[in-house]
Amino acid sequence: MSEPLLEVTGLESGYGDVQVLRGVSLRVERDEIVCVIGPNGAGKSTLLKTVYGLVPPQAGSVRLEGKEIAGTRPDRLTRSGLNFVPQLDNVFPSLSVAENLKIGALALPRSERRGALTRVEELFPIVRERSRQRAGTLSGGQRKLVALARALVTRPSLLLLDEPSAGLAPQAVATVFEKLTEIRGLGIGIVMVEQNARRALALAHRGYVLDLGRNALEGTGEALLHDPKVAELYLGGSSTNASSSTSTRTPGGTNPPTK
Amino acid sequence: MSPALLEVRDVVRAFDGVRAVDGASLDVHEGSITSLIGPNGAGKSTLFDLVSGFRRADSGTIAFGGHRIDRLPAYRIAQQGLVRTFQTARALTRMTVLENVLLAAPAQPGEQLHRNVLRRAATRRREREVRARAHELLELVRLSRHAEEQAGTLSGGQRKLLDFARALMTAPRLVLLDEPMAGVSPALRGELLEQVVSMRDEHGVTVLLVEHDLEVVMGASDRVVVMSDGAVIAAGTPAQVQDDARVIDAYLGVAT
Repeated sequence: MSEPLLEVTGLESGYGDVQVLRGVSLRVERDEIVCVIGPNGAGKSTLLKTVYGLVPPQAGSVRLEGKEIAGTRPDRLTRSGLNFVPQLDNVFPSLSVAENLKIGALALPRSERRGALTRVEELFPIVRERSRQRAGTLSGGQRKLVALARALVTRPSLLLLDEPSAGLAPQAVATVFEKLTEIRGLGIGIVMVEQNARRALALAHRGYVLDLGRNALEGTGEALLHDPKVAELYLGGSSTNASSSTSTRTPGGTNPPTK
Repeated sequence: MSPALLEVRDVVRAFDGVRAVDGASLDVHEGSITSLIGPNGAGKSTLFDLVSGFRRADSGTIAFGGHRIDRLPAYRIAQQGLVRTFQTARALTRMTVLENVLLAAPAQPGEQLHRNVLRRAATRRREREVRARAHELLELVRLSRHAEEQAGTLSGGQRKLLDFARALMTAPRLVLLDEPMAGVSPALRGELLEQVVSMRDEHGVTVLLVEHDLEVVMGASDRVVVMSDGAVIAAGTPAQVQDDARVIDAYLGVAT
């Protein structure tokens, strides 16, 4: 039995006196897309940042392919196959698109860089079309694609994505989700934080709901998507579709989302 | 029809030779909710920068309430009642969440020393009102628990909500909301939208917003203006715009 790609257990972290994660556990198998949803301030972004070593963990463990990595520096993690795409500030604005990608390639042995760049250029035509444009002059959606492309250049086994579709026009959202579907076929594990929860859960194999820094619920993407409680508390509005139109209300009393 | 509250005419702004806004014109009528939509890179946020005085247009004119504002600095425009929020929320991180909202309140007589001394009762009453309204807004955006914490401890989404509360606190004539729903939990979006609508209905605030959530755009707007490549390519009611082939091409993509 092989070990999970990522296994997070009882993770706690925060900023200064403010504790954000209060014991979060999460597992990602190889090739699996896992989606994390929850209200604003639940600790979703902090979870990704702690796993990637940007926020020091206070307790708990993070294992990548069985090896403890909690608190390891981000650059080392990138070389071990873990990469992170932040929601904002995710490109070097004064460098060209091509230069942004080359920086990603620096994580690879010299002999493998050219090939990795070529593969990513095929997956992301924008990288070739705009190779000489300064990344700072790209639109929000184009930057997201360049950031995603740069992360893929490092040939990660696991990719952490913080709100890949935030701030994008419908057409660009569709493009990003198409790319994610393609990546899903490449054998890369993904942990994705998304407010576009319906779409993300539809793409994901499994999902976790965080609330107030703790695990609130977990299940397959499908199951969470059709759970009336999840719809009411986290997805907003009524669940749009077919299945039993009777109970989109919460069954009262249980599990208040926030105070 | 009365002249528009905001009139933008043939506005151009280039960066390094690239025309981000390229001859855009639009009207926002008093008491309306107008949505500005368009693909990423269409120039929507740059147009917001020009209207709110954060950047200056290379050419073209912008009038607010019948007066030119295109040469005024941002703070003067804000004083006239035209305020904005940012796509990436900006908070005063070393002040508490509550203080951030209180600072946005207009007409605080306590700021002037002589009134503090001479008109204590009126000053105190006004401060109580301001505080009550601030707490109400924090409740609305689900930040009451964090009222006394430093704004720097809020998450990205929560900072957006704080920014939204601050914009409402200023009781503006025209508010420009730059993607108010991006990064906000879907469960909260409906309520924020209700607040935008009631702000207009009860306080007569005019709203111009950039938003990609089409349910929000189509559900709440009186008018929709569509930008692409720096210019306005269509404008009309939500229904008109939704059926416009150019809009579908430029923005909506293949119908789902």
